[in-house]
Amino acid sequence: MSFDDQRRDFLKLLGIGGLVYASGLAGVGRLGNALAAKGSTPAAGDFFFLQLSDTHWGFQGPPNPDAATTLKKTVEVINQSPKQPDFIVFTGDLTHTTDDPAVRRTRMKEFKEIVAPLKVKTVHFMPGEHDASLDAGEAYREFFGALNYTFDHKGIHFVCVDNVSDPKGAVGSKQMEWIAADLAKVDKDAPIVVLTHRPLFDLYPQWDWATADGTRVIELLQTHRHVTVFYGHIHQENHHMTGDIAHHAAKSLIFPLPAPGSVPKRAPLPWDPSSPNHGLGYRTVAAQKKGTAFDLTELGLNGAKA
Amino acid sequence: MRPGGWGRALLALGLVAAGGLAACKERPAPAQAPPAAAGPRVIPIRAKKFSYTPNRITVKQGEAVVLEFTSEDRKHGFKLPELGLRADIEPGKVTRVNLTAPRAGTFPFACDLFCGDGHEDMTGELVVQP
Repeated sequence: MSFDDQRRDFLKLLGIGGLVYASGLAGVGRLGNALAAKGSTPAAGDFFFLQLSDTHWGFQGPPNPDAATTLKKTVEVINQSPKQPDFIVFTGDLTHTTDDPAVRRTRMKEFKEIVAPLKVKTVHFMPGEHDASLDAGEAYREFFGALNYTFDHKGIHFVCVDNVSDPKGAVGSKQMEWIAADLAKVDKDAPIVVLTHRPLFDLYPQWDWATADGTRVIELLQTHRHVTVFYGHIHQENHHMTGDIAHHAAKSLIFPLPAPGSVPKRAPLPWDPSSPNHGLGYRTVAAQKKGTAFDLTELGLNGAKA
Repeated sequence: MRPGGWGRALLALGLVAAGGLAACKERPAPAQAPPAAAGPRVIPIRAKKFSYTPNRITVKQGEAVVLEFTSEDRKHGFKLPELGLRADIEPGKVTRVNLTAPRAGTFPFACDLFCGDGHEDMTGELVVQP
């Protein structure tokens, strides 16, 4: 019996299948979160969306010899899927950084052109530090709009938090007030999803994998019972709990990075020609139980379960 | 020798001698060197896109040192989370960070102000010897 088979059986024993509970479960439930997120099987949910992250359009280099086509192929694969998501979120680093403001804008324009053929017309973008840190988000706003915003979908309140336009990687007091005011209008039991780029918790600050004032954001979020965070930045799948809040990092669509602190340098992992997905991919997020739980399915570049 | 030549030569000799004496005065004699206990050791560190020089700093556990940062191009950051240190490094200024390492080990540090394509490479390590 493979490890995955054992894990699935274990989850069946727990009676939680592939569900990733947003909150409300202690002990076994939290263990289930991490395991289920890795070995889940797709289940019919209330709805599902896709999380794509860290496309770094404009990047060139040995870590991804196919950089010019990876995103385009992914758009084609998503369009070929018989079941389309309600919407798609891009959690930052849409483009690779450049010191040249004109090149930055060219990359953003090209990125928009590449994703424009997506059949799903509701697409929510978020900035990453590569998009927004060098000019405080000026170019990003021109092409994609607000750096932070909210939207609602089928009973779930989504809060998009900008922790990149300040080069210190901070949310800042002004946005903090905005978050507090927004949450004050939302019922304490309502499901909330936070979309952001950097981890809000100190995942590995030695590599700048943190948000300078993320602890304060988490304190604000903890006033609500069902909060789940989806983010990018670290170019790999990661699952973590702070109290009852689940934090899920997505893979990248340009190159994978090493596990936190596993090597001295956070350099991209070498391109492996024999690997079908090269450590890249995206995920489906299926809302369950009225948005208090989520079923995550990790997909490779070919759209198959990774 | 032209008239006045000896006079100019003597004057020049005198200036050289005076300069030599002055130089001798400015050069501190070993006996006059400040004692080691006068202050913490200062370690200059230059920051620029996308490196610190030096990027490996060695100190003794319990030794008081001052990390003296300067930037050669733009604003950078210095963050050493495991010892709770962070600072902004701005061009035209000297940023001093006092450090007395409480325990031995190797502690990574990095720029935490996004500074461009290569920011992720701007790292270093503090080696604290027991």
